[in-house]
Amino acid sequence: MTNDCLVFGEVRGGVLKKVTKELIGAARHITETTGGAIDAVVIGGAAAAAAEGIKGYGLRSITVIEDEALAMYSTEGYAKALGDILEAKSPAYVLLGATAMGRDLAPRVAAKIDGVMFSDCVDVRMEEGTCVARRPVYSGKVFIEIAPEGGRTTFITIRPNNLPPAGPSGDGTEVVTYAAGVTRDAIRAIATEIVPVAGGRPDVTEADVIVSGGRAMKERSNFTVLEELADLLGAAVGASRAAVDAGYADHAIQVGQTGKIVNPKLYIACGISGAIQHLAGMRTSKVIVAINKDPNAPIFEKAHYGIVGDLFEIVPILTEEIRKIL
Amino acid sequence: MTVRSTACMDGRTALQRTSHGGYRKEEPLKIVTLLKRVPDTEARILINQEGTGIREEDIKFVINPYDEYAVEEGLQIKERTGGDSTVTVVCLGPKEATEMIRTALAMGADDAVHICDPALVNSEPFTAAAVLARAIRETGFDIIFCGKQAIDDDMAQIHSILAEMLDIPQVSVAISFELSEDRRSAVVSRRIEGGDEKIETQLPAIISCEKGLNEPRYASLPGIMKAKRKEIRTKTLADLGFDAAPGGGRSRILRWLPLPKGGACRMVEAEETGDAVKEIVRLLREEAKVI
Amino acid sequence: MQFDLTEEERMIQKTARDFARKELAPVAKENNEKGIFPAEIYAKLAGLGFLGMTMPEKYGGVDLGTFSLVLVLEEISRVCASTSVVLSVQNSLINWAILKYGSEELRDAYLPRLASGEILGAYALTEPAAGSDVAALQLSAVRTGDEYILNGTKIFISTGDKAGVVIVFGRTDPHERTHGISAFVVEPDFPGFSVGKVEDKMGLKASTTVELVFEDCRVPASHLLGTEGDGMRIALAGLDGGRIGIAAQSVGIAQAALDEAVLFARERQQFGKRIVDFQATRWKIADMATQIEAARLLMYRAAKLRDAGRPCTKEAAMAKLFASIASNRVAYDALQIHGGVGYTKEFTIERLFRDARVTEIYEGTSEIQRLVISRQVLEEYDSLFPS
Repeated sequence: MTNDCLVFGEVRGGVLKKVTKELIGAARHITETTGGAIDAVVIGGAAAAAAEGIKGYGLRSITVIEDEALAMYSTEGYAKALGDILEAKSPAYVLLGATAMGRDLAPRVAAKIDGVMFSDCVDVRMEEGTCVARRPVYSGKVFIEIAPEGGRTTFITIRPNNLPPAGPSGDGTEVVTYAAGVTRDAIRAIATEIVPVAGGRPDVTEADVIVSGGRAMKERSNFTVLEELADLLGAAVGASRAAVDAGYADHAIQVGQTGKIVNPKLYIACGISGAIQHLAGMRTSKVIVAINKDPNAPIFEKAHYGIVGDLFEIVPILTEEIRKIL
Repeated sequence: MTVRSTACMDGRTALQRTSHGGYRKEEPLKIVTLLKRVPDTEARILINQEGTGIREEDIKFVINPYDEYAVEEGLQIKERTGGDSTVTVVCLGPKEATEMIRTALAMGADDAVHICDPALVNSEPFTAAAVLARAIRETGFDIIFCGKQAIDDDMAQIHSILAEMLDIPQVSVAISFELSEDRRSAVVSRRIEGGDEKIETQLPAIISCEKGLNEPRYASLPGIMKAKRKEIRTKTLADLGFDAAPGGGRSRILRWLPLPKGGACRMVEAEETGDAVKEIVRLLREEAKVI
Repeated sequence: MQFDLTEEERMIQKTARDFARKELAPVAKENNEKGIFPAEIYAKLAGLGFLGMTMPEKYGGVDLGTFSLVLVLEEISRVCASTSVVLSVQNSLINWAILKYGSEELRDAYLPRLASGEILGAYALTEPAAGSDVAALQLSAVRTGDEYILNGTKIFISTGDKAGVVIVFGRTDPHERTHGISAFVVEPDFPGFSVGKVEDKMGLKASTTVELVFEDCRVPASHLLGTEGDGMRIALAGLDGGRIGIAAQSVGIAQAALDEAVLFARERQQFGKRIVDFQATRWKIADMATQIEAARLLMYRAAKLRDAGRPCTKEAAMAKLFASIASNRVAYDALQIHGGVGYTKEFTIERLFRDARVTEIYEGTSEIQRLVISRQVLEEYDSLFPS
C-alpha cells in the first residue's frame, strides 16, 4: 500500500459532480501529511470530457474509463473498474462523494478488497499521521471521530457542500485511458434510465428547507419574493396562520398548531412574529433563521440566526447571495 | 447450477451456490428481511459519562424505521405471489431485540433468526455483514430487503458488503420494486440527486429500502397473538461456526462529540444590510452547513 | 400484583399508540369540531382487531383480557375520547353481553360481524325517567307468540343511529321492579324501531348520542339474552367492565391534558421567564401528574382483578370515580395553565375540558359510584367487625 490518495470523480449527466473538487481539497490535506500523490479515476459515458474539469488541479494522474457497458451506472461494473485501478495503484485512501452513487459503490468496493469504509463524513483531518474522519451518527444528534486500523485501504465518502472545494493548482496531470473490459452480461443490475423529478416544490411536511412568510407579507402576490428563494434552495414555501387568515396564502401551507407540523433542516421565517401556535409547528427545525422588523419579536428567542430589518429588502439580497455560492 | 468459490472474511474458502436460475412461476420465494434494534428517532441522545458512546438508560428502542419498509415490502411480495412465499426476519442484536423481531412477526413475517452474542455488541459493519452472510446462507434466500441505513450508526454499508460477500447484485435506496412475472428479475427505482434511477436487476439480489417505498402496516392484534407461536431461532457466533467475531479491528472511534450547544440567537448586524446578509449566508454554509 | 407490561402488552399498546398518532390525530380536531362520525377509522380499527379485543378467537376476536383493553383505551383516549367511548362500549358492554348471555345462535350471528367491523353496537338502557335509577325503566316488552313487542323510548344512546345491533333493556314483568327486566338483541331494521332526536352535546362530539323510539317493535323471542328477568343482573354485571373502560378513557383524557399543559408552559414566557419555571405552575403539574398516576394504578388493579376472575366491583367503581374526577380536575388546571389561548378553539385543551365533563356522569354517576363503594366497604367492615 502506498501513501497515495485516489479520488473518485463522479460523472452524472455527462458532467463531473461538484463534490469532486471538495474531495481533491480533502485529498490535498491528507497527502500533505502522508507525502503521497493524488490520483483520480473517472468512470462513465462522458468520462474523458468530464475529466477535463480537474486537469489543472495538481493531480498526478487521471484514469478515464469509458467502457460502453459502463455508460450507465451499475454497482458491479463500476466496482470492477474501480477495483482494477485500486489494484494497480494501491492507494492508502480512496475518497468518494457521499452521493447516491458514492454511497452505493464505496462499501461494495471496500468489501471487495477487504478494506474499511467511513460513510457520510463531514470532515477529514490528519492526526498523528493517520486520517481521522468526522461523521454524524444518531441522525446527526452526535458526531464521532473515527480512524482506520490494521493497515487497510480506507474508503471515505464525504458529504457534498461540507468541505471547501479545491482550486486549480498547476498542470502536469497525466490523463490515462483504461479499458476495464467490463461486458454487459457480467453486470446483473444496471441503470436503464433516469427519470427527472417532476418540477414543483416539495410538500411542506417533507421539505428539507422551508421559506415561510407571516403577516408582514402584506399581499398574496408578495409571496413571489419568497418563492424565488425557495426555488433556488429546492425548498417549500410555508406561511403562518396570520398570513393564511389574511388571505395571503393557502391553508395547505400553513405551519403551526392548526396547520402542518414540519421538521426541516433549515427554516427561514420572514416577517413571522413567532407566536406559540406557530412555534409548535416548526420548533424541531434544525436551523432557524428569522427576519423581522421588530427586534423584540418572540421568534428571535427560538431562532439560531436573526437579522432585524425589512424582509422585502433582505430576502432579495439573500436570494442573490445564495445564488452566487450555489 | 453453477458453483463458485468465494473467500470469506475469515479466510476460509466456502462453496457458494449462485441462483439456480430456474423458477417455475408457482415456486415460492424465500424473502429475507434484515432488522436492527435502534433508539427511537425522538429519543434524546446524550454522550455517556465515559465518552465512549451514548447513554442508553431511559431510551426507547424500536425497529429501525427503514427496516420497517423492508419488512413491509417482503410481506407485500409474499401476498402478491400467492402466499406460499415466506418472509424470514434476520436480526443481529442483543437479547432485547426479540421484541422488535416479535413485532415484525406480528406484522406477518413467518419466522426469524436472531443472532445474539456478547462478542457482537457494537460490531463494525464488516463483522456484522460476515456474520449475517453466514446466517442468511443458512436460511437461503431469493430476495433480501433491508433498510437503507440504521439510524444509530447511519453507516449505510451493510447491504453493499453483504452483496459482495454473497456475490449478488444490489440496489440501494429503493423507492419502488416490481417483481417480474417469472420472478427472476425486478425493476427497482431508486432516488438519486435530481431524479429517480431505474435499475433492472437479476435475482437473487439485496435491496436497501428508502422512505416512500411503501406504508408499513401496524402489528394487528390478531397478528400479535399469532406471533407468539412463530419460531425465532437464536444463534450465537459458535452456532454459526465462528470461533470469534470475524473481520474486526478495522477502525477505532477516537471520540464522541456532542452537537455544539444552541445558544441564544445569533443576531447578525452590519452597517450595510447587504453585508449582514452576506454574513448570514456564510454562517449558514460554513457554520450551520445547511446550504 | 405486578403492573409491568409483558412484551405482548407493550406491542399491543404500541399498535394502539401508533394508530392514534398517525390515523386518529390528523382528523380528531375536525371530527370533534364538525361532529363527524369517522366510519373509516372504525373500519381500520376493526382491521387491526380493536373491535373484538375481548372476544374469543372462534368468533373473530383476539381473546385479550381487560388489562390489554385498558392499555388500548388509554392510548386512543389521549387523542380522541369520542372514539374510545365507542370502543369501550363495543368491547365491554355489547360484545361481552352477547358472549356471556346470548344463545349460540345469537353469538354466531352477531359476534363475528361485530369483530370485523361490519356492524357497530349500541347499549340501550337509559330512559327519560330512568338514569341512575335503572330499575325505574318503563320500556315494555310483551311476549306475543314467538315475539316480544317493545314499546318505549331510550335516550342518550351512544352510536344508536349507526349501530347494526342494539342491546335493549325492557320490562317483561310490570309487577317485579328489578326482576322484571329483560335484555334483547335488536336490529335497526326490525319493524317499529326508529331513531329519534340526535343530541347536540357539550363534548364527545365525534360520537353520536341519540334517542331510540320503539313503537310496537317486533323482536324474535330467540333474541332474548339469558332468560326473562335476567336484565338487571346482566346490566349490573356489565357495569364492572364498563366502568373500568371509562376509567381508562378518563386517564387518557387527563394524560393528554397534562401533556398539552406542560408543552405549552415550556414555551410561554411572561415576566421574563417560562411559566413552567414558576412554582405555582410546577405545583399544579405535580398534583396533576400524581392524580393521573393514582388513577392509572387503580384502573390497572381493577383490570387485573377482573382478568383473574376475582370480584372487582369496588375497585372498578373506585377506578371510575377517581379517574373521572381526576380527568376533570386535570383538564381544569391544564386550561388555567394555558391562560387566554386555552379558552379558544385553536388549542386542544378546551376540547379535552369538555370531553372530560361527561366521565363523571355516564356509566354510573360519581354519586352512584360512591353508593357502590360505600356499600362494599361497609360490607367488608361488617365481615371483619360484626356488630
